[in-house]
Amino acid sequence: MKQKIILRVISKFLIPYILLFALYVQWHGDFGPGGGFQAGVIFAAGFILYAIIFGVDTVRVVIPAVVTRLLLVFGVLLYAGVGVASMILGGNYLDYNVLAHEPTHGQHYGILLVELGVGITVASAMITIFCTFAGRSPEDPEEGV
Amino acid sequence: MAFPGLLNYWLIIGLMMIGFYIVIAHGNLIKKIVGLNVFQVSVFLLYITMGKVEGGTAPILAEGITAYSNPLPHVLILTAIVVGVATTSLGLALVVRIRNAYGTIEEDELDVQDDRR
Amino acid sequence: MAMTAIAIARIHNLFAVVMLTGIFSLLGAAAYVIMDAVDVAFTEAAVGAGISTVLMLGTLALTTSEEKPAPRKNVVGALIVVTITGAVLIYGTLDMPLYGDPSAPIHTHVADRYLGQSGTEIGLPNVVTSVLASYRGYDTLGETFVIFTAAIGVLAILGRVRFPRRREEDVAEEDANKAPDETAGGAGA
Repeated sequence: MKQKIILRVISKFLIPYILLFALYVQWHGDFGPGGGFQAGVIFAAGFILYAIIFGVDTVRVVIPAVVTRLLLVFGVLLYAGVGVASMILGGNYLDYNVLAHEPTHGQHYGILLVELGVGITVASAMITIFCTFAGRSPEDPEEGV
Repeated sequence: MAFPGLLNYWLIIGLMMIGFYIVIAHGNLIKKIVGLNVFQVSVFLLYITMGKVEGGTAPILAEGITAYSNPLPHVLILTAIVVGVATTSLGLALVVRIRNAYGTIEEDELDVQDDRR
Repeated sequence: MAMTAIAIARIHNLFAVVMLTGIFSLLGAAAYVIMDAVDVAFTEAAVGAGISTVLMLGTLALTTSEEKPAPRKNVVGALIVVTITGAVLIYGTLDMPLYGDPSAPIHTHVADRYLGQSGTEIGLPNVVTSVLASYRGYDTLGETFVIFTAAIGVLAILGRVRFPRRREEDVAEEDANKAPDETAGGAGA
């Protein structure tokens, strides 16, 4: 039991920094290594750490299953939506040049939004997969074998 | 024949073959998936090795640097790593279901139970 | 790294095998950094040593934790196949450019244009991000769909629909109330 106390205290101390680091990696993907995928995985790792130590049900109170599924879809739609928006504004699909008054600014906006979409999808996908694995007990009866 | 220049390819092919051996010679399903992961990492190493330029740095534009390593393999492998983790997670989910349905995850026992059905 | 891979092949305790896989991924990430692939190293360290290891441990908790140490019948055949494949691949590498050669065909054409024009056309320092999100944006869209499909697949394979207790009692009540009518009417739904 003493080990659990150490784990709980340290993880409560570390998890905010993990999430903050994930956000840093997401937004600074343009200037150094990083980007959507890495940020999404690190963000999910923070939640997975919380789930390992405090239980899957506690995480489900913080992030219900509905929210992860909605976020999963929202990330993909954000990416596809940026493409459709550039088509509406007159360019080709996923042509970021037309998103702002100047091509480089348009590219910046486009890449920012696209990486955000990727990050959201990857984070919610990893959380969903882990909670599905961890929420299942070993003696589950088989439905319809 | 340039031996030192090609040595890295041969080492990586050695790693690849170890992973390949794990996949085909072990009967336990989880071990097969682990072998697949080893194989994947060595394939990615092969691509990244091809992209390195002597004297170059990481492909992040900065002042005063003239030679960069090739960014194209990096992009390809980034996508491939993510696809690899998707495949691994689906494979592990299937292993859990197989274990629930058959009671075992050893390949020869699975074959015996399949022949009996 | 070869030591770790051989150890993975030989050890029977699956928990140790999963830990060695995490170590193998971290060694791979270190090798990527040596070869100047920083984004790839970041992703491999996060994904390989983080998510993959956790998922495999979850699978171990739901299945067994030891591999059956019975003799495998096809060891010799597997070794022959592996040796032949390795020999063919090594024969194929004899034509390849040397390590770090700046005049290799891979570094001409497209990569030069990306490295040269990315500063003016996009204006981001990280060329990998600009190629991934802008020049090759379609591929990244497809990859996002792949991750989405994997999550949906895992939900479909392993998800359970959990009926809360209240609904079962309601169903039992409804059955008790409706039973006289339905048995008179014949087979129900």
